[in-house]
Amino acid sequence: MRVLKLRKKDLKKMLEKISSFGELWAPVKKGDKFAFQKIDNLNDVDPNAGRTILPLKKFMVPPRFSMFRYDKDGYHEQLGEVTDRVVFGAHACDINGLLILDKVFAEEFSDPYYIERRKRTAIIGVSCVPDEFCFCKETNTDTVDEGYDLFFSELGDDFLVWVGSSKGDDMVRAAEELFDENISVKDIQKFIEWKKWRETQFKMDIDLTAMPDIFELKIDDKVWEKIGEKCLACGSCSMVCPTCNCFNVTDTVALGKMEGTRDRCWDACTLHEYSLVAGGHNFRGSRADRMKLWYTHKLQAFIGEFGKPSCVGCGRCITTCPVDINVKTVAKTLRGEEVYFK
Amino acid sequence: MNEGLCADIKLANDFQPDMMRIVRKYNLTDDVRFFQVRPMEEQKALTLCYNPGQFMMVSRLGVGEAPFSISSTPSRPGLLEFCIREVGQVTQSIFRLNENDSIGVRGPYGNGFPMERLKGRDLVITMGGLGAAPLRSLILYALDNRDDFGEIYLLHGAKKPGEMLFKTEFFDMIERKDVNTMLTVDADDTGKWPAKVGLVTTLFKDIKQIDPANTFAAICGPPVMYKFVIQELLKLKIPKNQILLSLERRMKCGIGKCGHCVVKHIYTCMDGPVFSYWDVINMKELIY
Ligand SMILES: Cc1cc2nc3c(=O)[nH]c(=O)nc-3n(C[C@H](O)[C@H](O)[C@H](O)COP(=O)(O)OP(=O)(O)OC[C@H]3O[C@@H](n4cnc5c(N)ncnc54)[C@H](O)[C@@H]3O)c2cc1C
Ligand code: SF4
Ligand code: SF4
Ligand code: FES
Repeated sequence: MRVLKLRKKDLKKMLEKISSFGELWAPVKKGDKFAFQKIDNLNDVDPNAGRTILPLKKFMVPPRFSMFRYDKDGYHEQLGEVTDRVVFGAHACDINGLLILDKVFAEEFSDPYYIERRKRTAIIGVSCVPDEFCFCKETNTDTVDEGYDLFFSELGDDFLVWVGSSKGDDMVRAAEELFDENISVKDIQKFIEWKKWRETQFKMDIDLTAMPDIFELKIDDKVWEKIGEKCLACGSCSMVCPTCNCFNVTDTVALGKMEGTRDRCWDACTLHEYSLVAGGHNFRGSRADRMKLWYTHKLQAFIGEFGKPSCVGCGRCITTCPVDINVKTVAKTLRGEEVYFK
Repeated sequence: MNEGLCADIKLANDFQPDMMRIVRKYNLTDDVRFFQVRPMEEQKALTLCYNPGQFMMVSRLGVGEAPFSISSTPSRPGLLEFCIREVGQVTQSIFRLNENDSIGVRGPYGNGFPMERLKGRDLVITMGGLGAAPLRSLILYALDNRDDFGEIYLLHGAKKPGEMLFKTEFFDMIERKDVNTMLTVDADDTGKWPAKVGLVTTLFKDIKQIDPANTFAAICGPPVMYKFVIQELLKLKIPKNQILLSLERRMKCGIGKCGHCVVKHIYTCMDGPVFSYWDVINMKELIY
């Protein structure tokens, strides 16, 4: 992989030079949280931003969009408004989340809506320092080797820039004079030291050892009832989780016409209507069963048998659930520890 | 994005319904209607291929989409057949269609029955209610390729005579020597039912000529049926991994994307809808 250096003070210049690659988006402070927003003033870009409220999936799968416009002749594909974008400030866990979405959406029966947006969204990752809710080390998603175009690692007054794709290479070439090819032994040392230090910054106490087995052993356990009773079925956890990909499809009719759209919007398995089948039988009528599905997917086996759980340790469920149901409390409960939900 | 992953994926839109023409429709029962459709594009009609047990997503403009089993057999090309029960918005709107109207269809999806593995085997096919939809495809296929299979038993149960799907077709099969067709109703409210009366489970005692180790069973019907029919098949000593069930889940995409049909780590739409009893035995949620 091509690796270069960029002086931190040249970041703005660099972003300016690559403006032809698309609209720039980056995390911007919103109250006490961050959210990805379109950047009009480069001074708003903060490479040290914390986790964003919504993960990168909102760029690849908008919360709601039209897949088709239809009229009397049939269905006409609508890719929708897909603009070229450069997303700066993606963290390793979130890029790992994208790699999981790539598996779902870009492999068998590839999803053209996802792929079009994925192709046209350049991802610039930045290294981050975990806060008290991050546990990506436990899920092996604290680093990432693919899925981005450029990745900026901390290096004192510089960034170490990893070029992950040909688009990334083009972006570097568009600002060639700002990059330095010479990475010294001292730089490498500095990089290693920083990585070591970062390892020591994980504070979250979570133990996911043998989780898949524990799930198998506890799948009929009463703890699920307890968790289910607490859940408000608000769906927030699914909205914020980088690897939740469920959607619903509905048709909208233009009043009085044989015309309309087929729309797709985010859905959550934690909502009641989710698994109703014909005749009104609901296979997962109880909240306990719906919680079980969500957490089995995150911590035991990823649907489609990709061989590993789909939680990337971003901590969003922890900062979001109003009643404290999250990967940490569920894992604890399953381990037999007493947990108090709100 | 990363090279390799998306660069060479062709951009065919798997969500795009193809327009098909309704060639024929008639009522099978009070609330179940038979539809025969043909792709508008001749090339599509000629190249349609699918497996018994697969399903298609059927669309009504402005109303929505739902999965339906293919009832026809791939051994009779050019046409697709469905039997559809009127239960909700999409199905009601399909019921309003007439011959020569157009309808959106995409697929086929799902695994379908493992036809290669079924070759050379004895078959015990048990259906109830709408379960006749996917299993008619299997039975017609087996009869069109009769030499590929051993003994064939067809067991079909309905609540009452008026509710049996494809009655005429199945009564014709009773006449055939190369298939053992047994039809039964739970109760005969007409007084003129010429076949058996009793639950479908009472038919199993008449299955005599199968070699259980070399037999595949296929079941599809209302949820209550599975448990009792499986017990009978186990009594016949048919191995658990040779008992095949076709299952239903809510489906919004049919292609492993929307998540609606997921049970544990299984996508019913891609890994199913046909599962073996062994697959589902430890997955409480797959059958009740
Ligand atoms: C693989 C597969 C194969 C199938 N094959 C066939 C077939 O061959 N023939 C056939 O007739 N059907 C078949 N089905 C079932 C069929 O897809 C459903 O009946 C279909 O969803 C009906 O759509 P609808 O819009 O008409 O009904 P819906 O409006 O979806 O409602 C259907 C029923 O489900 C209940 N329901 C659904 N959604 C809700 C909700 N949000 N709130 C409350 N109640 C709700 C209602 O009680 C209603 O009676 C199959 C399903 C699968 C998964
Ligand atoms: S389960 Fe929670 S911590 Fe894991 S990826 Fe989803 S939101 Fe993040
Ligand atoms: S687990 Fe929490 S966030 Fe998720 S639906 Fe239940 S109450 Fe809402
Ligand atoms: S129906 Fe959408 S994932 Fe199976």
